[in-house]
Amino acid sequence: MKAPASTSGRGTGATGLAGGDSNASATRITPGNALRPEDIAQEVRAGLAKPTEDVAEYALYLADDALILAQRLGHWISRAPELEEDVALGNIALDQLGHARSFLSYAGGAWNQSEDDLAYFRREPAFRSVHLVEQPNGDFAVTIARQFLLSYYQFELYRRLTASTDATLAAIAGKAVKEVDYHRDHSAQWVLRLAGGTDESSRRMIHGLRLMWPYVDELFQDDDLTIRLAEAGIAVAPSSLRPDFDRLTGDVLLQARLEAPDVPAAPGGGRHGRHSEHLGYILAEMQVLAREFPGASW
Amino acid sequence: MSAHGNPEEAATEPQDEPADSGAWGLWEVFVRSSRGLSHVHAGSLHAPDAAMALRNARDLYTRRNEGVSLWVVPAEAIAASDPDAKGAFFESPQGKDYRHATYYTRSEGVKHL
Repeated sequence: MKAPASTSGRGTGATGLAGGDSNASATRITPGNALRPEDIAQEVRAGLAKPTEDVAEYALYLADDALILAQRLGHWISRAPELEEDVALGNIALDQLGHARSFLSYAGGAWNQSEDDLAYFRREPAFRSVHLVEQPNGDFAVTIARQFLLSYYQFELYRRLTASTDATLAAIAGKAVKEVDYHRDHSAQWVLRLAGGTDESSRRMIHGLRLMWPYVDELFQDDDLTIRLAEAGIAVAPSSLRPDFDRLTGDVLLQARLEAPDVPAAPGGGRHGRHSEHLGYILAEMQVLAREFPGASW
Repeated sequence: MSAHGNPEEAATEPQDEPADSGAWGLWEVFVRSSRGLSHVHAGSLHAPDAAMALRNARDLYTRRNEGVSLWVVPAEAIAASDPDAKGAFFESPQGKDYRHATYYTRSEGVKHL
């Protein structure tokens, strides 16, 4: 498994001459070299990375959160309040989709299945996503509330997962943590602005947090699988993330002069296939093309 | 944003105009593609404040690894020369080859020039 590439090895071939250099284009494009889902799929095919059944199941937890969130966020394309926000949410959706593809490609190694097999041909009870990512977009503040809670959770998770004894999980987390750090920043900036903006924006932000808060507890519930894998140093026990999550989200809420909503927790159950009423509709839209035209590509 | 209401109504009622995009100021974005080069103007964007302008610039103008540094400047803070200016403003340096180093012959005995 390749280590997640650092950004230091950027080979621009710059001459070091300032001004008048035709290479000094602001739009010069380099693909960079970071871990891609295709690299993981290739290692799995070559037999270099093979997850155990347990690890694959855990990878599905992480993959499905990212996949369903990406599908939800994708709906904002062309609908965001401003063109710039359209692109920002699209970027975040694509980052999440990339994480999902990496985890799915890896998980598929346990059952000889591709990322597409797992994304498009599993039925609802086989999905492992938490209820938070399944919640409807609502207005912009609701989406920001969902993103705020999820990205602070994901950041703490991936940050620790970089030390996993499973090299592939560690490498995917190493790539993902930098991207999720930006998602955290983006959503926190908007929580501050909406809370401190107008009466209307503040009302909507408070409403958004109230809607999403019942689904927070599920993020931090341990189960047999995560306990087993955490003891082996492979996974991170979800409950261990809670103190940092509470502290860091609390800092933002304090700065925004908001309080954590006092609402009862929803029962959850997504990790074991018991989903919110929304997931069926999400999957219908996400999977219809692949199921209607198996093998379709473009 | 959305134009519900018939066109006549929209024409007579100013509050039907897309107020959102008017509220966000225009910012000019400068990207430095690598160390040692200067920031180059890449384009513009809308943002509610400088912090968000930087983030939007990151999303819009460094998507493909284009930059290591960003500047954002409120568009109204930029003073520009007259787009139609030619003659007196830009043509005067023409023919003044003594402003170029190549105009001069190297003095005897000067090394490393």
